[in-house]
Formats: sequence, structure tokens, C-alpha cells
Amino acid sequence: MSETASKGQDYESSLSGATSGVAEFERRKGALYSVQHALHTNPALVPLIVLVLSIVVFGLLLGSKFFSPFALTLILQQVQIVGIVAAAQSLVILTAGIDLSVGAIMVLSSVVMGQFTFRYGLPPAVAVLCGLACGTLMGFINGILVAKVKLPPFIVTLGMWQIVLATNFLYSANETIRAQDIEAQAPLFQFFGTVIAIGGARLTYGAIFMVVLFLFLAYVLKQTAWGRHVYAIGDDKEAAELSGIETDKVLISVYMASGLICAFAGWALVGRIGSVSPTSGQLANIESITAVVIGGISLFGGRGDVLGSLFGALIVGVFTLGLRLLGADAQWTYLLIGVLIIAAVAVDQWIRKVST
Amino acid sequence: MKKFLAGTAIALTAAALASGAQAASHSVGACLITKTDTNPFFVKMKEGATAKAEELGIDLKTFAGKVDGDHETQVQAIETCIADGAKGILIAASDTSSIVPAVQQAREAGLVVIALDTPLNPIDAADATFATDNFLAGELIGKWAAAQLGDAAADAKIAMLDLAVSQPTVGVLRDQGFLTGFGIDVMDPNKWGDEEDPRIVGNDVTQGNEEGGRRAMESLLASDPMINVVYTINEPAAAGAYEALKAIGRENDVLIVSVDGGCPGIQNVADGVIGATSQQYPLKMASLGIEAIAKWAEDGTKPEPTEGKDFFDTGVALVTDKPAEGVESISVQEGTDLCWG
Repeated sequence: MSETASKGQDYESSLSGATSGVAEFERRKGALYSVQHALHTNPALVPLIVLVLSIVVFGLLLGSKFFSPFALTLILQQVQIVGIVAAAQSLVILTAGIDLSVGAIMVLSSVVMGQFTFRYGLPPAVAVLCGLACGTLMGFINGILVAKVKLPPFIVTLGMWQIVLATNFLYSANETIRAQDIEAQAPLFQFFGTVIAIGGARLTYGAIFMVVLFLFLAYVLKQTAWGRHVYAIGDDKEAAELSGIETDKVLISVYMASGLICAFAGWALVGRIGSVSPTSGQLANIESITAVVIGGISLFGGRGDVLGSLFGALIVGVFTLGLRLLGADAQWTYLLIGVLIIAAVAVDQWIRKVST
Repeated sequence: MKKFLAGTAIALTAAALASGAQAASHSVGACLITKTDTNPFFVKMKEGATAKAEELGIDLKTFAGKVDGDHETQVQAIETCIADGAKGILIAASDTSSIVPAVQQAREAGLVVIALDTPLNPIDAADATFATDNFLAGELIGKWAAAQLGDAAADAKIAMLDLAVSQPTVGVLRDQGFLTGFGIDVMDPNKWGDEEDPRIVGNDVTQGNEEGGRRAMESLLASDPMINVVYTINEPAAAGAYEALKAIGRENDVLIVSVDGGCPGIQNVADGVIGATSQQYPLKMASLGIEAIAKWAEDGTKPEPTEGKDFFDTGVALVTDKPAEGVESISVQEGTDLCWG
């Protein structure tokens, strides 16, 4: 491919007498084209720019009330749960799937951790492992149904969402385990809620975990064979299979990883709200998809940078807190997030044009 | 073998049908339709109705929406009850206006319809309403908070943690009740958030759960870190708000008040997490409702509303171990005996 292309350009350059016109060729198309190209090669750039802009705008409007270490780290704390779940969602969406069961898996995992200790008396560390295993198992079932039974991910996870949520309510009898009891008997459950204060900044282990998780996933997706396989499957599953990728195995592993990450989100959730509450996280699936879409990962799979989802979640967090501090009605937040979602997909479509 | 199985199945079905028909013809039928099967409040309501129905020999069928707001399933349940020949329906409606035509249909078919917990819109769309006086529930905690603060109430900094942006009636009544009890002008009583009293730092919504409570509290604390009174729509939201206060080390100098009276909430009052809570009585609502249906089936009398109100008040009590002068309350011990969930 590249050989013929360069030959073509050589041919043109010899005709016009110019030496190397490759860079000129792009500039002739205009600055807009270069921007488009840059955005195409760095999909996380758009959400990053939006994030920085929104912080600047709210900073100018609100001053130190918003632009303080305290408020800025508060945003990290507020988005940590959605952020972690969005990491799981990103993996699945990169394979051109969608996971509607993420929130339910998160809640069930946290309930398993709580009940295993408070109902059966297991040591908290064992209960946490059981919770993580529970999330992975739910992901495994999703993966088997998608990869082996060949059902569409939307249908599989739509069903699992209901099944897992019902299991959660039946198993827990919708009983909340109080923060005070957890603090006294199983402080390990609240591990991710531990705060590190540096000056005015307050970071929780949960927020740090979220950032580290994203960096780790970004590395794995870009630098390992498994990561490239995930992209390949999302781009064109049949082509990936023909080129020797064991697509079924990779798909199942993606759903298992998603389930495991959701279970970690469940653990972090207990740290954040103190208690084990079966009714929390009901909208986590929609919120995580929102973060992923605003983060510039294509819903059609195979395109996007996982770091974009982190920026997407943070953008929502910045808007939510910023508008609240401005004293705006909560409806404005929903309205603007709706606009952002549509704008994000529009930008995605525009960037796509670079390759056509 | 196949024939045998088929034969057994037919026989069993016939037997089931016969016994079902017998039950319908010999006893009074009643239906309980709640918003969800999972909220402890409605679980308790179901327990109360089931126990009373057994006592009075009433054949009770229970239905529930899949989630709060599941209107369709509730309409289906009403239609099922009419077809089943029930004498009356107890309903906690998810959508108080849209349910009215279905309720009308049931009443025309000769059923008595009693709204539990949530009044219909308009309230006289049902034959009767058995509910907590949510405004009074709010007023009690408002008065208590003002009395606790004493002179400091004049420059209190109040956070209002409400239910949802759609401003459902139950949330509005509690919010406005609290403000009235505290001595703040509520402006339009059908709406929260329009008040201009400088003591109110702000309103935010919680969805009535821990996570929402924590987030809302954090946002309001970012507006004004010196908040010292927190109104919460219910006890899970209060628990979340407490976590947010604990995170900045202010859990001991802020007064949190709430409404509901669930067992974890009452325990939180005992532990000092919540200062006082207004307790409501779902079990009583349901058992009184079943009694009313039995009476309707017996001699056709409908339940009367409480004097001076447009609904039957099932009562509310302030639960606290720090009683305030001039505000009637019960102890945590008494509250624990009556709690649910």
C-alpha cells in the first residue's frame, strides 16, 4: 500500500519539479484538515480539550470556590464510581459491544461482600475476594453468551441486567448494612474511602485507583497483543478471526475483565457511601455509557482511547459540580450533558471523514 | 407414560381451577398494589396486609411494579383485580394522575379503591386515602431542629436534600413542612426551591439513596462549608449526607433530620448520626385498608377521612432521644419497637 502511494507521489513530484511535496499536500487542504487529522490520530484529544475548557470556564465564573484543590479533587471523588464502571464499559464498547449490566454487577458484588461477612461470618478479606469472583463470574456468563452462543451483546446484557438486579434484591432482601457496623466489624470494605489529604486537596484511594486503572488499561490496550486484538475485533470481527485471533477467547476475557472491574467499583462504592446498599448504582450503566460516548470512543467499536472515558466522566463531574455551585437548577445539568453526548457523536462523525 | 403425564396435568389444572373458583365464590377478594416489591417500606406494607387478610379470612392478592415509576404494571394489576372479582383494591400509585382512569374503571365495577401512602391526583379519585401526613412529618423535624438550636436558629445555615427534580408531592410536602416548622416562609407551598430566606444554603436532589445523599451534601458543602442543619428526604439520604460530613470532619457539629422510621434509620438516631426522624407506619396503613375493604364487602360503608383532613391519617411520630420542649416525641426504644425494614 505505502509503496504504491509513495511511487505515485514521486511520479507527481518529478513532473512538477518539486522535491518532496508530502507535507505540502496536507497543508494545501487547510488548517482545519490538520486539526481533523490530529484528532483522528489522538481520539482522547477532543474530550481533553473540552475538559480543560470547562474547568477554565467554571474557574472564571466561580473563582476559588471552584478552582481550588478541594473542589477539583472533590470532582475526582464524585466521579470515581462512574469512572471505574466506565473503564469496564470502554473495554466492551471497543469490541463493538455494549454492557448494560455493569451497574447491576457492581451492586451485586458489593452486596456479596457485605452479606458474606455479616450473614455468614466470613473474614472481610475472604468476602472481598468472593465479591470480586462474583463480578468476574457474571462477566464470564455474559462473555460465553456473546462469544459462544453468538447472541447480540445488547440482548445478553439487557437480560443479565434484570437477572443480576433481581438476584441482588432477592438475595439481600433489600437490607442496608449500616456504615457504623461496617466500620466496626469490616473496615476493609471501606478501604477505597480512605482519604489522603495534601493541603486542601483530598484524594481517596478510590479516586487514585480509578486513575491508575485507566493508565493501566491504556497501556495494555496499546502495547500488548491482547489490547490490539480487542481493537481488531471491534473493527472487524471476521477479519480478526481470519488473521488468526482467537476472537471467542478474547471476547470472553473482555467481559470477564469488565465484570471484575465492576466488582472493584462495588468495593469502591462501599468506601464512598459507607454502607452496603442494594438500591445504589441503578443508573450506572447509562452514566458509564455517557462517559464513554463523551470520551470519544465509537459505539461502533474499534476506535477510541480508553483515557477518553476518564475525561468523559470528569467532564460530567465538572459540569455537575460547577452548575450546582452556580446555583443552577439540576435540570440544566441533564440538558447540557444531553447536548454534550450529541456533540461528541457529531465530532466523532466529522473526524471519521478524515479517512474517507 | 406421556398419556399418564398429560392426564395428571389436566387433573391438576382442573383441581386448581375448581379450588380457585371456590375461593372466589366463598370469600371476599382484595388486592394490594405497591410501587415495588423491594423497598422495605412496601415489604412491610405487604406483611401488614397479609396478616390482617388472614385474620379476617380475606383472599388477598398482591402486585407490584418492577421499579418505582412502573405505571404499566400497576394498570395491569388493577385490570386483573377487576377480572378476578375482587371487592377492593389498596394501591400505592407510582403515577398519581395517570392511574386515575384505571381506578375509575375499578370503582365503576363496584370495587372500593383505597390509596395507601401516596394520595392520587386529584385526591378524591380514590374512595379513601390512608397515609402519613407528610407535611406534619416535615413540620415535626423542623420544629425540633429550631428548638435544638435555640437562639442560633436565627442564623442557621440549612442544606435541603430533596428527592427528585420532578418534585413528587411526598418530597414537596416534607420539605415545605420542615421549613414551616423551622419558621421559614415557604413562598409557593406546592414547590420547593423558590424560598428566599438567606438561611437556606441550597436545595439538591438525592434520589432517596446513600450515593445521592453524599453527592448532594458535598455539592452544598462546596457552596458553603459552614452548613449546620441538614434536612433529608429520607434516612438513606441522611446516611449518605453523614458520610460527606465525616469526610471533612464535621459530623459532630451538624444537625441532621430525616423522615421514614425504618430500622436502620432509627438505629442511626440511636447512634447520633441522625438527630431526629419522623416515623411513618406502613403496617398500619395496610391493615386498616384491609379492614375497610372487609367493611365495604359486608355492608357497603366507605371509610371516612380524618376530621379536618382530606385523607385518613395513619399517624406520624417524632423519634429522638433528645426531646425538645414543645415538640412531642417518642424515644428511640419506642421507635425501634415500631420500625420497619
